[in-house]
Parts: sequence; C-alpha cells; structure tokens
Amino acid sequence: MVNTKVELCNITLDNPVIPASGTFGFGYEFAELYDINCLGTFSFKGTTKDARFGNPTPRIAECDRGMINAVGLQNPGVEAVIANELPKLKECFNKPVMANVSGFSVEDYVYTCEKLDKEEQVGWLEVNVSCPNVHGGGMAFGTSAEAAAEVTRAVKAVTTKPVIIKLSPNVTDIVSIAKACEAAGADGISMINTMLGMKIDLKTKKPVIANKMGGFSGPAIKPVAVRMIYQVYEAVNIPIVGMGGVSSAEDVIELMLAGATAVEVGAANLIDPFAARDIVNDLPRVMEKYRINNLSEIIGGAH
Amino acid sequence: MKQEFLTITENKKIAKDVYLMVLEGDTSAITASGQFVNIKLDGFYLRRPISVCDYDDTTLTIIYKVVGDGTEAMAKLPCGEKLDVLLGLGNGYNLGKSGDTPLLIGGGVGVPPMYNLCKKLIAEGKKVTVILGFNTKEEIFFEDEFKALGASVHITTVDGSYGTKGFVTDVMKNLTYSYFFTCGPMPMFKAIEATAVTSGQYSFEERMGCGFGACMGCSCKTKYGNKRICKDGPVLEREEIIW
Repeated sequence: MVNTKVELCNITLDNPVIPASGTFGFGYEFAELYDINCLGTFSFKGTTKDARFGNPTPRIAECDRGMINAVGLQNPGVEAVIANELPKLKECFNKPVMANVSGFSVEDYVYTCEKLDKEEQVGWLEVNVSCPNVHGGGMAFGTSAEAAAEVTRAVKAVTTKPVIIKLSPNVTDIVSIAKACEAAGADGISMINTMLGMKIDLKTKKPVIANKMGGFSGPAIKPVAVRMIYQVYEAVNIPIVGMGGVSSAEDVIELMLAGATAVEVGAANLIDPFAARDIVNDLPRVMEKYRINNLSEIIGGAH
Repeated sequence: MKQEFLTITENKKIAKDVYLMVLEGDTSAITASGQFVNIKLDGFYLRRPISVCDYDDTTLTIIYKVVGDGTEAMAKLPCGEKLDVLLGLGNGYNLGKSGDTPLLIGGGVGVPPMYNLCKKLIAEGKKVTVILGFNTKEEIFFEDEFKALGASVHITTVDGSYGTKGFVTDVMKNLTYSYFFTCGPMPMFKAIEATAVTSGQYSFEERMGCGFGACMGCSCKTKYGNKRICKDGPVLEREEIIW
C-alpha cells in the first residue's frame, strides 16, 4: 500500500494533485462529473478586488502540444466570490481550498487576501504575481524581485493562512525572485504560470487572439517547468507547488523529483474534464512501477 | 455532459468541403436541439466543438466543414474508428416559444443544428419554414432532407447559382412567421437582427478552450450579465444580446 500523502505548509493533502486556477472554476461544475474530494485540493478561479469581464474574444488559440489563453482574469470580484461561489463550493468540497488572488496594486492584493483569509474553507492563499494577460499589473509584480517581495510582505501583514506566491517564467532569473519572496515571508512558491506566447493565423495574417499575446500552457512547457522548479528548489527552503504541462501521474512524479511538494494540473483539465481525477487514481500504479512507497520522500529527489 | 467513445459508422463528403459523420454509441447525454459535442482528435491539443445535426439514443449525426488541419484530419477518419467525444454540451434551443409558424434560418455550417430542431418542431405539429443560405450551388446540402421532414424550404445563394440570389434576409423580409431560430455567421446574424419582426434565438460560435464552462475562454456580455457561449449558450435569446 503506497502512501500518497504530502504536507503543504502544515496542511496534509491526501495526494499532491491540485487542479490549477483558471482551469477548474470554483469546483462545483466539476463536482457534477465526479466527487472532487478525491483531489489533494484545488486552486479556485483567480479573484480580484473588483469584478472583471476580462479580455475581448477570441481568447484561445491552439498550439502544438498546448494552447494559448488570454482570458484576462474574468471573475465576479471578491465580495461576489465569498457571497455566491464559496457557499456552492462548500456543498461539494470538504477540504481546505487554495484561494487564488490577483491584483493591480499592492492595495488590491491586500484587500482581496484579507477578505479571503477570513473564509473558513480557505487553506492557503495563492498570490498570483504573474498573470501575463492583464495590463498595468499582474505580471509586473512577478518580474521584479522588489515588487514581488513588496506584495508578499503586504499580504503577510494582514493574513494568517499560508501565503504561496505564484511566479512567472517570463523572467531572466526566477531564482532571485523566489528568494526575495521567501525573505519577505512567503510560506511557499508556486510555479510556473503560463509562458507569454503568440500565434498568427496564416489566412488572416493576424494574431489569432484578440489581445494578440497570451499565456502558453500545456505539455510543451513541461521541460521549462521542471528546469525552473529544480533551480528554485536549490535556492529556497519553503515548499514549491509545481505546475506546467502536467497531464499524467508520471508528470506529477517528475515535478516532485525536481523539487515540488505538490503539483497543479492546468490545461489538461480543459481537454479532459476527468484528467485530475484520473491522475489521482493512477498515482499508486505509477508509484509501484517506480518503487516509490512514500510520495513525500521523493520531493527534490533528483538533486 | 458525458464523455463517451463513439464509433464512426459513416464519414462522407456531402458538398464542397462539407462532410457528414455518423457516430454510434451512448448518446443519451444529448438532451436538446442546438447542443454541441467536443471531439478529441489524435495529434491536436484542443477538442473540436461541432454542433449536433441529429441524434437519437444510439446515434449522433454531425456535419462539419473542413476549415483547418483538425477538420481535414477528421475528414480522413475511417469507419470503425472510435472517437473520444464530450456530449450534451451547451443549452440548446428552447422550443417553448416557437409559436405555430416558426422560421428556421441556417447559414453555411449553421444549417446542421436546424435539422433536429425542424424535426422536433414538426413533430409538435408546427408549420415550419426553413431558409438555408449558402455562397454558391456546390456548397448546398440537406435541401431534400428538410423537405422530407415536411418543412417549406427556401434556398439562397450569394452568387445566384441556385435558389434566390442574395442573402437569407432577402427571403426572410417577405415571410410571416411566429418566431425565429438561427445559426450561422455573424454578418448573417446582423442582417437578421435588422430584418426580424419577432423574437427569436441565435446560436453563437466562439473559439473555445474546454467547451464545458471551466476556462472562461468564450465569454460574452449580455443584457443579463456575462455568459459563457459553451455553457450558458450557445443559444441566446434576441432580447438579451448586445450587438
């Protein structure tokens, strides 16, 4: 009998599999398809202070082994999330959930995190300083070590739950940004957000996506995720939530060997709504195949 | 929504670049005319959303146009092959408002979802008129199939090579009807919006990520708030649409 449990910031997960923000809504729509309590947890749709419609359409483009999205943080705003979405989530999910937060100023992040921190079902705050699809914020905080640290400090000052900072791969040196977040009090790092990408339609000779560029995700980016997680694991002592193209139990193990304590599954949920459940179910088989008895013992095993 | 592995029993060309595919298996998740399915193809990352042309409990008929690499690969699939399909996606048409003399308007690959809708309305005893719009004669399909259902059928072609020369609205403007249902390209919708004298329902198309409401890739604004074309649509009522 293999043990799939891992501990993330002093909360035990039954398994390390976490559907990523923006690919799983607020959970209840997937709960119509299967019992989502089989998951380690999940990270809910990126929430901002005010409601946002997001970017114009088309927002989606297909690529080889992946996709580009430029949704632009569509969400109903933190008050509506607390009033309407979390009660629905509570009915179908009985584990601590990861609250994903975005903002356009330090004050935005503080406002939204402070509100969500008070919600009983929120186990962790995943602070997204790396959205490539919004102007005047988002990724701007994640591409500067000082700005990322400032957001981290400000959020930590008003919250009690573990704060995990979600980092962008669209930087020269992700290690220095991760270290700055750790020094500013972050309880964890999640990485990698999507890579800034673009697709041009040969028929129209214009970008497919209305916003021109968007976040590239899917299996094609997994080697970049593995490399960056490996680098950051060597430099920080806080846990890493790894993600980037994860589509199978084998991918989960690979990211854990690179240094991830838990692993998010993103685009795969959009291709196959049962992907996260199937990965959870397949983990014991793959662990046995690679003679892993205790999943938490392989974290950073490649170093 | 359900995921099923359906077997291809037919896949044939029926007009220029247009193919008809019949799939067999458990199609019980499809509950309304105007819903769509989302098909996984080997070698392509995202699924292909295709509207349902006709269905019963064990078969599904779709009609698709070859517009890119994905649909080109689809056209080459042999009978007997199994496809990974998400079924029962989208809201579909609400037949309750049709009145006794509904008008169905399909443009190009917007024609297929009109077929099952027409069948159901006629089964309810409605007197159905159908306008099918195409660019040119060699793109026309399903004229006889709609006639066989018992509908009054008008064909328009932009170049005048068959039927009435012009657009669907050139026929629509001379008809009387109780309500309308339509599916087709945006320029056609705008012309219909300018011509229609009753309420109606439009089925929209948008690039989708998932097709089942998770990714917010296909959102649109309506008078009643934001909606996802894939989950809250693809059918929207005339009164709620912001043009």
